[in-house]
Amino acid sequence: MRFVSLFLFGRAGRREVRLSDFAFVVSLRLLALLVVLIFASIVLFLTLESLPSLQANGWRFLIQSDWVPTEDLYGALPFIYGTLVTSFVALVIAAPVAVGSAIFLTEVCPPWLSKPVGFLIEMLAAIPSVVYGLWGIFVLAPAVRNYLEPFLSQYFGYLPLFQGPPLGIGVLSASLILAIMILPTITAVCREVFRAIPMTLREGALAMGATKWEMIKVAVIETGLSGIISAVVLGLGRAMGETMAVTMLIGNRPLISSSLFAPGATMASVIANEYPEAGSRLHLSSLTGIGLTLFLVSLAVNSVAKILVHLTTRRLRA
Amino acid sequence: MHRFLITLLTVLGLFSSINASAAPSINGAGSTFAEPIYTRWMSDFQKKDGTTQYNYQGIGSGAGIRQLLEGTVDFAGSDDPMSEKDAAKAKSEVLHIPVAMGAVVVSYNVPGLKKPLRLSGPVIAKIFNGGIKKWNDAEIAKLNPSEKMPDLAITVATRADGSGTTAVFTEYLAKVSPDWVGKNGKTVNWFIGSLGAKGNAGVAGLISQNPGAVGYVELLYATENKLAFALVENKKNQFVEASAKSVMVAAEGLQKEALEKKFKISLTDSDRKGAYPISSFTWMLIYSQMPKEKGQAIEKFAKWVLSEEAQKTALSVHYAPVPKDIRAAALKAIGEIKLN
Repeated sequence: MRFVSLFLFGRAGRREVRLSDFAFVVSLRLLALLVVLIFASIVLFLTLESLPSLQANGWRFLIQSDWVPTEDLYGALPFIYGTLVTSFVALVIAAPVAVGSAIFLTEVCPPWLSKPVGFLIEMLAAIPSVVYGLWGIFVLAPAVRNYLEPFLSQYFGYLPLFQGPPLGIGVLSASLILAIMILPTITAVCREVFRAIPMTLREGALAMGATKWEMIKVAVIETGLSGIISAVVLGLGRAMGETMAVTMLIGNRPLISSSLFAPGATMASVIANEYPEAGSRLHLSSLTGIGLTLFLVSLAVNSVAKILVHLTTRRLRA
Repeated sequence: MHRFLITLLTVLGLFSSINASAAPSINGAGSTFAEPIYTRWMSDFQKKDGTTQYNYQGIGSGAGIRQLLEGTVDFAGSDDPMSEKDAAKAKSEVLHIPVAMGAVVVSYNVPGLKKPLRLSGPVIAKIFNGGIKKWNDAEIAKLNPSEKMPDLAITVATRADGSGTTAVFTEYLAKVSPDWVGKNGKTVNWFIGSLGAKGNAGVAGLISQNPGAVGYVELLYATENKLAFALVENKKNQFVEASAKSVMVAAEGLQKEALEKKFKISLTDSDRKGAYPISSFTWMLIYSQMPKEKGQAIEKFAKWVLSEEAQKTALSVHYAPVPKDIRAAALKAIGEIKLN
């Protein structure tokens, strides 16, 4: 209690003179406290609700790959795998495209084109994910089934990644739709980062005799590296939590397959699918357990990214 | 500042007075399959009898039962009888009132067929566990002698979300095939190579998009969207088309059994002539002991739902009406509800 009052009102001696200032500071601190409380209550809820499942399954919950609700068997590994694989593939596809288009928009493209194109890319972020899912089912999935998957299995079929019948619905389509969905997030953040880089750096590089490409490499990419990493992590966060579009395209099977053509399931998609009709207490609790796992995985990824950003910034300063 | 306070108080006062004069409201939740008919019934009933406000939310049978047990809703709609475990948690015995019937059909996308496909229970069971992989398989060809079945791989589409439709369908499979015994339920582990989609619409989408695909959807959804579906062989070796009529046949002559099992009876794999074998009831779940005011409102509505008029409305939107003898028995059960 003392900490809360200290946090809210500060030390007695440093109290603000004017009442309005004082009220302003207190209300700001209240709002900040609210965020902390919401965060804590989410963690508390997830932990309490998933307790029965964690007690019944223990650590096996995370490493078991059988998910059979009819027999009350719950192993979350296929969903963890599905989330990590779809997000990773999406990132591999989206990150270069996004960084590339941000560079194009800030460094290469004439200003009259830069505004409308930038606007269009930002509009991509405003499309609801259900709409992405519908477009995925009716346009992307048939295209993947009829063109992309036959092409990949013909020329790269020796890789285990591209084996199996082309179905159009599966991990590959889900990753592609995720890539499209996180593209605007990464592009928008990168564009702001590049814009914030002082003109003098670019002029300096050019004055030293650098070509345009060398200038972009030295003055833009290397200077903005920590910003680029933050942008990519923001995209990754969105990819891991995305539910609707992925559910509509991934094929929803608790499978761990080396092939990207196979159907799969992610942590978010299985919760969306099974929560409304979850029968037994253990089933419900296991779904909440998956929610907790998703939360922790996102937290871990974000922390790693923060450390990465920190390290790159320090290296640049040195 | 004072003016603001006065306005605020007036607004609050208005709200509370609206609340005080409002009719008691009855909230139901559950089966998405039954949502359209409950909504229709409620608006019809409210027009006749304006004293009570009725609401229904299609959140899924399982969630409906959970909310009924927690007391957040007054009744639940379910396509599946309550489990023993759930029943033990209830405040008082939960009555299962059969309010309408539906069916699950096997829909397919096989190009070049002249007539509806004919399938038997064991063949459906094999298709849905990956045992039959091609449309020109001898077992399918034997049932469809007049067709030239294409050499096309079968893609099986199922519901990925937990669903009463899946429960009815797999309960039928468990009756006709030993491979399925004990593997039925709302969320099923399908074989590797099958695809899952969300909702009837998702499954129908997969079927229409993939030549060679087969899946199961509700009859209601299939008729409204004009999907092709198979004739299914029943116990009397007839190939029957699913319709409100053939579903009703499956529930004929079951009054005695209905009373014995307190209406929790299965209609799948019926042995009656002309019956469609993948049929089922949808139930309105209510407590057998209720507080007086709410209880009366629920009783009134439930009784009306079983009336000739309400059942005709159900038929007009493609639900199969409940046979008269079972309705009579259900009305008697509603009459025995204790109000306190």
